[in-house]
Amino acid sequence: MGAGKFFGLLLVAAAVVFGVARWIDNGYVFFAGYVVLQYIVLATAWNILGGYTGYVNFGIGAFFALGAYSTVVLHKLTSLPIPVMMLVGGLAAGIVGLGTGYLTLRLRGAFFSIATLALAVVVQTLITNWDFVGGSRGAYVLRPRVAPLIGGDYIQYLFLLMLGLMVVILAVARGIERSRLGYGFAAIRDDEGAAEASGVPTLRLKLFATALSGGFMGMAGAPLPYYVTYLDPASGFSLSYAVNSIAMPLIGGTATWLGPVIGAVLLGTLQQVISVTISSAVNLLIVGLMLVGFVIVAPNGIMGLLQARKGRR
Amino acid sequence: MNAAPLLRVENLGKRFGGFVALDAIHLDVAQGERLGLIGPNGSGKSTLVNCICGTLRNESGRVHFSGAPIDGLAAHERTRLGLARSFQLPRPFATLSLAENLRIPILYTVNARPGAGVPAREIEARCADLLSQVGLADKATQLPRDLTQIEMRKLELARAMAAQPKLLISDEAMAGLSHNEVDEIISLLIRLNAQGVTVIMIEHIMRAVMEFSQRLVVLVAGRKIADGDPREVVRDPEVVRAYLGE
Amino acid sequence: MAVSLDLLMNAVISGILLGGFYAAVSIGVSISFGMLDIVNIAHPAFILLGSYIAYIGNSVLGVDPILASLIMLPAFYLLGTGIYQVYFLAFERRGDESLRGLAFFFGLLFITEVGLVLIFGVDYRMVEASYVGTSLHFGLFDLPLRLLVPCVVSLAMVGLLQIFLARTFIGRAIQAVAQDALALRLMAADPTRIKRIAFGLSIATASVAGAILILIQPVEPSVGRDYIGRVFAICVLGGLGSFAGTVIAAMTLGVMESFTSTFFGPSWSPAVAFGFLLVTLAVRPTGILGR
Repeated sequence: MGAGKFFGLLLVAAAVVFGVARWIDNGYVFFAGYVVLQYIVLATAWNILGGYTGYVNFGIGAFFALGAYSTVVLHKLTSLPIPVMMLVGGLAAGIVGLGTGYLTLRLRGAFFSIATLALAVVVQTLITNWDFVGGSRGAYVLRPRVAPLIGGDYIQYLFLLMLGLMVVILAVARGIERSRLGYGFAAIRDDEGAAEASGVPTLRLKLFATALSGGFMGMAGAPLPYYVTYLDPASGFSLSYAVNSIAMPLIGGTATWLGPVIGAVLLGTLQQVISVTISSAVNLLIVGLMLVGFVIVAPNGIMGLLQARKGRR
Repeated sequence: MNAAPLLRVENLGKRFGGFVALDAIHLDVAQGERLGLIGPNGSGKSTLVNCICGTLRNESGRVHFSGAPIDGLAAHERTRLGLARSFQLPRPFATLSLAENLRIPILYTVNARPGAGVPAREIEARCADLLSQVGLADKATQLPRDLTQIEMRKLELARAMAAQPKLLISDEAMAGLSHNEVDEIISLLIRLNAQGVTVIMIEHIMRAVMEFSQRLVVLVAGRKIADGDPREVVRDPEVVRAYLGE
Repeated sequence: MAVSLDLLMNAVISGILLGGFYAAVSIGVSISFGMLDIVNIAHPAFILLGSYIAYIGNSVLGVDPILASLIMLPAFYLLGTGIYQVYFLAFERRGDESLRGLAFFFGLLFITEVGLVLIFGVDYRMVEASYVGTSLHFGLFDLPLRLLVPCVVSLAMVGLLQIFLARTFIGRAIQAVAQDALALRLMAADPTRIKRIAFGLSIATASVAGAILILIQPVEPSVGRDYIGRVFAICVLGGLGSFAGTVIAAMTLGVMESFTSTFFGPSWSPAVAFGFLLVTLAVRPTGILGR
C-alpha cells in the first residue's frame, strides 16, 4: 500500500473515530481518548529513535514538558492558536534533542541514554526554578468553553488535534520504515560500524532521528496545559510519561509502526481501568512489571509473538 | 613511475595505550593492482585496514586515496570515495534479509555518489546478481542468522562489492572454506580485478595468496618486513623465520 | 573579607566531605559500568532501597543506620547476583544489551521507585543517629559529623574494595574480566561467575551508600533520580573502572556542587552534575585516569 493511500485510510479512520465519539457525546470518552492518542504519539515518537535506530531515549519527560511549558509561555505572552503552539513546542523540543545528540551521539549509545536521563532531571530543575511559568507552584491555563471550528465542548477540540497529530506521526513512521531513511536507521541499529563502512552517514541520521523523535514528543506535550488546566513540574515531568513511552513500543513490538499503537491502546486502556478500580500508583507498578516481563520473555513484543505464530503455521 | 598510486599510506602509526599496533607503515598500491597482505595473527593487518578505511584513527602518518588525503574523513565518506572492505569477523545486518543487506551499500554509497545511481526498480535485480556471484542467490530472502559461517563471509564480500569500489580490501574472507570454495573466491576476485577494481587480499591460505597476488607485503608485529614479488618474498629468510617457517 | 573566606573554606570542606559520600554512591557503578560494561541505571534505586532499610532499622529497631546496612550486605549481594543472572540469560547472552538491557534496568529503577512510594508514601524520611547534630570545630573550619562520618565510612569502603581487587584471586579475576574474558577462561575461571560476583559486590555497596545517604539528607522515593546524572558523571570523569579516579571525580563534583549551593542555592545542584557530565563527554570521554 502506498504512502498516500495509507494516509487516506488513516484520515478516514480518524474521521470515523471522531464521529463516533461525537455521537456518543460523553465527555469521559474524549478525556480518556485524548490520553490514549497522546500515548500513541509518544510511543511512536520514541520508537523512531528507539526501535528503528536502536538508541534509547530516557528523557521523554524533558521533551514532552518542553512542549507543554512552551505553550504556557506562549499562552501568557500571546494568543496563538494551539496548532501553532504545537509547532513551536515541537521545534523547541527538537532543538534540545539536536543539541543533546550533537554532544553525545558520537559516543556509545549508552552515553546518549545516560545523558537523556540526566537531561530530564536538569530540564525539570530549570523549569522548577523559573518563576515566569509558575515554578514549583505551577501555572494555571484557562481553557475556553467552546471549541473553535467544530463547536461543542473544548475537550473535543483537543481530542481532534491529538487525533490529527496521531495521523501525521503514524504516516511519517510508516513512511520512514519503507524508505531509504528507514534502511539507514535499521543498519545503524543492527551494526553501526558496518553501516558506516557501507556508506551510511550514521551521525547525521542519528541526529535527524533524535530531533524528529524529540520534536514529536514536544508536539504531543503542547496541548497538555489546556487539557489539565493546572500544570506543575511534578505532573508535567511525571515519570509515567517516560515509562509508558518506553513500555508501549517494547510490549507492542518495535519493528513497525503498528507495535507502538497496539502497546499504547492495550496499556493505555489497562491503565485507565486500573487507575479507576485500584489506584494510580499500583497502575504504574504494573506497567513497570509488564515492561520488565516482556523485555525478558518476549523481546519482540506482541507483534513478534504474532509473527512467530504465523511463521510456525 | 607513470601514474600516482591509488592508495598511499605514509608513515602510518597506531597505538592502543602503550601497545604499538602499527609502526611507520609505508604502502603504495597502484591502480588495478592485486596486492596480497600476509602476517602472523596480531601483526596489525586488520588494524591497518581499519586505519585506512576510517574505522580507527591513526595517530601519525597520512593516508592518500586517488591522490587526495583522506585523514579525518569519516568511514562512510571514504567508502563513498571508493574504498570498500569486508570485515574479518562478519558483521551482517541481522534483522535484514541478505538482499536487503546488499541494498544498504547501494542506497548509501552508489546512489550517494554524483552521477546516475541505481534506479529503485533495478536495485532488487542488482542485489540478486551480486548474491549469485557469491553463490547465495537462493537465500536472498533469508536472514543472516540462518547462514553458515562460510556463507556469512561470502555475504561480507558481496556487501563490499555492492559499494562498487575502486579498491576492495578482502580481510580473510577464505578462512575455513573448502578447496573448491577457495577457488571460487579467487576467481571472483580476479574477475573483479579484470573489471578494474584494485584488490588487497589479506589471507593465511598461502596457495590463494600466491595464485592471486602480483605483489606481496608482509606485516610482522606492526612493521612491514617485506614488499615485492611474491616468489621472492616467500624466500626471504626474515619472512620465513617470522611467519612461514612455523 | 574574613567572613567570605570563612564561607569559602567551609564550602570547600563540605564539598570534599560530600564528595567522599558521592564516591560511595558511585563506586558500585564504577564496578558495574566501568569493569563489567553493564549500564545499570537502576543503581540509585538500590541505594534508596538501602536508605529505606536503614530507616526501618533505625526507626523500628533503634539500630544505627550504618550498622543496619552492614547487616543487610549479604542480602544486597544476593540481590545483585540474582539480577546479574537474569540480565545474563535474557540479554548478554543474546547480545541484546543495548536496547532491551537498558530498558530492563529502567524498568527496575521504575518498579523500585513506585514500590517505595506504595509502601512508604512520598513523605521525607530521616534517621536519628547520635552523631548527626554535632560538628567538630578547628578554628575557622567546621566539620559537621553529619558529613564527616559518611565520608570516612565511604572512603573506608572504597579502600577495602580496592584492596580486595588488588590482593585476592577473585578481585584480580574481576579486573581481568574487564579486559579479557578469553584469557580468564584459559586461567580456568568462569567469566560469568566472576561477573556475577562483581555485580553482587556492586549492589552490596548500594546498601552502605543508602545508609549514609539518609544520614546526609532526608529521602523520599524520587531522590534516586537526582543521583543518576551524578553517579555516571563521576564515573565517566574519573575514568571507567578506576577507583582512584572515581574518588577524585567525586570530590571535584562535591566541591562544585557545594559552591553552587552556597552561592546560588541548593536547587541548582542536579544541573551542576549534568553540566559536568556533558562537558566530560564532550571533552574527554575516557576520564582523568581512564584507560
